[in-house]
Amino acid sequence: MRNQPPTARRLGLVACRSCHLLNQRLETAVDCPRCGAPLHSRKPNSIARAWALVLAAAVFYIPANVLPITHTTSLGAVQSDTIMSGVIYFIHSGSWPVALVIFVASVFVPLLKLLILAFLLLSVQRRWQWRPVDRTRLYRLTEVIGRWSMLDIYVVTILVALVHLGALATIEAGPGAVFFAAVVVVTMLAAEAFDPRLIWDNMEKSHERAD
Amino acid sequence: MTHTHLIACHECDLVHQLGAIPTGGAARCSRCGATLYRPKADSLNRTLALALTGVILYIIANTHPFLGFQIGAQIRETTLATGIFQLYQQEMRTIATLVLITVVIVPAIHLVSMLYILLPLNLKVVPHHLAGVLRLVIFLKPWGMMEVFLLGILVSVVKLVKMATIIPGVALYAFLALIFVLAAMMVTLDEHEVWERVEHAP
Repeated sequence: MRNQPPTARRLGLVACRSCHLLNQRLETAVDCPRCGAPLHSRKPNSIARAWALVLAAAVFYIPANVLPITHTTSLGAVQSDTIMSGVIYFIHSGSWPVALVIFVASVFVPLLKLLILAFLLLSVQRRWQWRPVDRTRLYRLTEVIGRWSMLDIYVVTILVALVHLGALATIEAGPGAVFFAAVVVVTMLAAEAFDPRLIWDNMEKSHERAD
Repeated sequence: MTHTHLIACHECDLVHQLGAIPTGGAARCSRCGATLYRPKADSLNRTLALALTGVILYIIANTHPFLGFQIGAQIRETTLATGIFQLYQQEMRTIATLVLITVVIVPAIHLVSMLYILLPLNLKVVPHHLAGVLRLVIFLKPWGMMEVFLLGILVSVVKLVKMATIIPGVALYAFLALIFVLAAMMVTLDEHEVWERVEHAP
């Protein structure tokens, strides 16, 4: 009993994910009596699902950055831009704060998020004991920052709406945008699939399985 | 059960006993630091007021001119939905749908759900399917991204300002205000209080 923290799991309880009601933990799958959400002590297949989504996002990340996200037609000439060429355009035109915002939101944040999730998944699988509070903070960070990667999708949407002047100037979305949108959605689902309680399960010197 | 609540941390599973928390304070997990519960003053009234404001702003934001674009004598006026419509026409259905969901549909569901939950509760009536509607609101929270769209507007304007004149429309200002109202609405909602109403529903 010494230093064994009273977790819901140890007390034979399960907290509802949706309304946080504590229920008795039963062997059979049941729904929360208050809100109807399915009750799970830990998110089911959390590690496998999160890995699958992280890997899928990593694969989409490549075409998202290599393929053009916009085609600009101006007086008959077509110019294709990738995310990085957009960043470089802003640096050359002197708006480096905008270049920085796009670079951080579109290139840096998705990559950082994938690296953090992969690190957290490894740390849980290898049962590392390293700094659980900081690892939980890292997880919170991935939940908060992911949405900002939608920035470039919205920029494309607005450019497509405004720059639609026939032969004078027209902007169309490119295939890179589709992969980019996939990266954002899949990384958000990956963060959602990961269960931070697994970090803490390993800290408790229990003999029960982490999943 | 109401005075000494037991609550498990949603991030590390540690069980805490919640005493009385003063308004403006918050209960944090003693082990991982996650916020367990933050009581809100006058939650149901304030959230309802914000939801009603939000509905008005939402209607303006979606029906009035959003941004204008002028090169020489050519003026193009757009609404919030123009870009989504153009993307559909360019066979970019995935992106169009994603933008539609995150900027138009999710905020609408949040506003309508709040009215559906709070109008009856303010009249001491518990609406049908209250639990399901509140679960939907919580589930959709990460997918409403109007504030990111706003940053997208700023970036687009910087990009286009050298080639054309950008004319802000009424809807843009309504959209701007709506972002703050929606954020405030989500913060003032005391989910815990609503769940207790569910529990005590007949």
